[in-house]
Amino acid sequence: MIRIENISKSFGDKVILSNISGEFKRGMTNMIIGASGTGKSVLLKCMVGLFEPDEGYVYYNDRDFTHADRSKRIVIRREIGMLFQGGALFDSINVEENVKFPLDQLSDMPEDEKLDRINIVLERVDLAGVNKKMPSELSGGMKKRVGIARAIVNNSKYLFCDEPNSGLDPITSIRIDNLIQEITEEYNITTIVVSHDMNSVMEIGEYVMFMYEGRKIWEGSKNNIMEAVEEELNDFIFANKMMQIVKEKSSL
Amino acid sequence: MKSIGKYFIFLGITFSNPGSFSTYFKLFINECVHIGLSSIVIVSIVSAFIGAVTTIQTAYNLVSPLIPRYVIAQVVRDMTILELAPSITAIVFAGKVGSNIASELGTMRITEQIDALEVMGINSASYLVLPKIIATFFMYPLLVILAAFLSIFGGYWAGIVSGVITPQEYIYGIQFELIEFTVTFAMIKSFVFAFLISSISSFKGYYTVGGALEVGKASTSAVTNSVIAVLIADYLLAQLLLNLN
Repeated sequence: MIRIENISKSFGDKVILSNISGEFKRGMTNMIIGASGTGKSVLLKCMVGLFEPDEGYVYYNDRDFTHADRSKRIVIRREIGMLFQGGALFDSINVEENVKFPLDQLSDMPEDEKLDRINIVLERVDLAGVNKKMPSELSGGMKKRVGIARAIVNNSKYLFCDEPNSGLDPITSIRIDNLIQEITEEYNITTIVVSHDMNSVMEIGEYVMFMYEGRKIWEGSKNNIMEAVEEELNDFIFANKMMQIVKEKSSL
Repeated sequence: MKSIGKYFIFLGITFSNPGSFSTYFKLFINECVHIGLSSIVIVSIVSAFIGAVTTIQTAYNLVSPLIPRYVIAQVVRDMTILELAPSITAIVFAGKVGSNIASELGTMRITEQIDALEVMGINSASYLVLPKIIATFFMYPLLVILAAFLSIFGGYWAGIVSGVITPQEYIYGIQFELIEFTVTFAMIKSFVFAFLISSISSFKGYYTVGGALEVGKASTSAVTNSVIAVLIADYLLAQLLLNLN
């Protein structure tokens, strides 16, 4: 479980996050949604320590991450896996070495066990047999799946996904969403997905936090998001023509 | 001033909390190949021609019949060891390796590869930059030695081909009144230049913000800043060490 309390962050005079609190439960796919530029990714980066919040706390199972010293942070960080927008695979090494990287750096597992583990996670993301391919030889969807494999190879307890669907076609997007949800349930981990894709929300959003101009406007789940009365959220949900049609049909 | 402060903080982060020796040794060897061996051809070409040009131009300026011809070789030797080998190699090196380091780290930054390392709990500055600095520290002095040798050889070759000096005069000239400290001085310079080029280029690349355009800017800025730092260090070291000696 991850808990954030009163997180605020500014860059210069510009306030990006304002007093955000929330709780992201284990075994659930938690989503932070909102339009571009609302501070979703900044919030995610504050949670993993890539940005320092100006105020507030981030707790990983009641362990204060924000004010922990470097050694305590490293212990927590080693339980974190993260999927970046572009995959963030290391260009100069192949798929196998990319997935093996956290094991090399963070574990003292014997080489043959590492290889077994790599093959298990690659198979789990439907990428068995691509071990020797370079990242430049992979499609966008494959890069994301390798990114997921790298994020879970070390038996991470927390999985963060920053815009996992960006740049992907609808079918591959759904595939990635389902993969994230399946992995969350299978490994019983706490997953947080940042997205602005309503299809993803309706697919996997078990807990949804909606952000608008750096503030939390609404929280709930995919089951009750359509009934939300907040104007900003409705503008966001029904910005899409397809969602407007769905709304019109359902009101008939 | 803010950038200079940030540079020293960056150095502090780079040299703190390094990972395991085995990891760094592998990276160090890779960087030695990448940084050192790949620069041999360009450094060799530049050095050989600089030595050749120095010989011809020195001969052109020595019009007095009272000055023996072996002085040409002596001038080539001293110019090469004291200045041309460490400094010209530094400029070539900054252009080739410095820009490469900055663009590599800059691309890693904008594609979030550095963030990925940080999230894993790895000191990314140390992991990515320290092997580059150490590899440059080892390889650059070797390149300077090679450059000095080839420059003197280039001078010999040009002198013989053009007929401005005989082989015997050249060999005598390069041995005449050799001050050994000049070699030590060149080595001290090469260590300082190696550190400056690798650390400044890494700094520029590591803190790239933006996209492809900014990676290009970081690369250019890495070269210009490294060259300026090398020239300032060159002057200060000459003032300090040659005056003391």
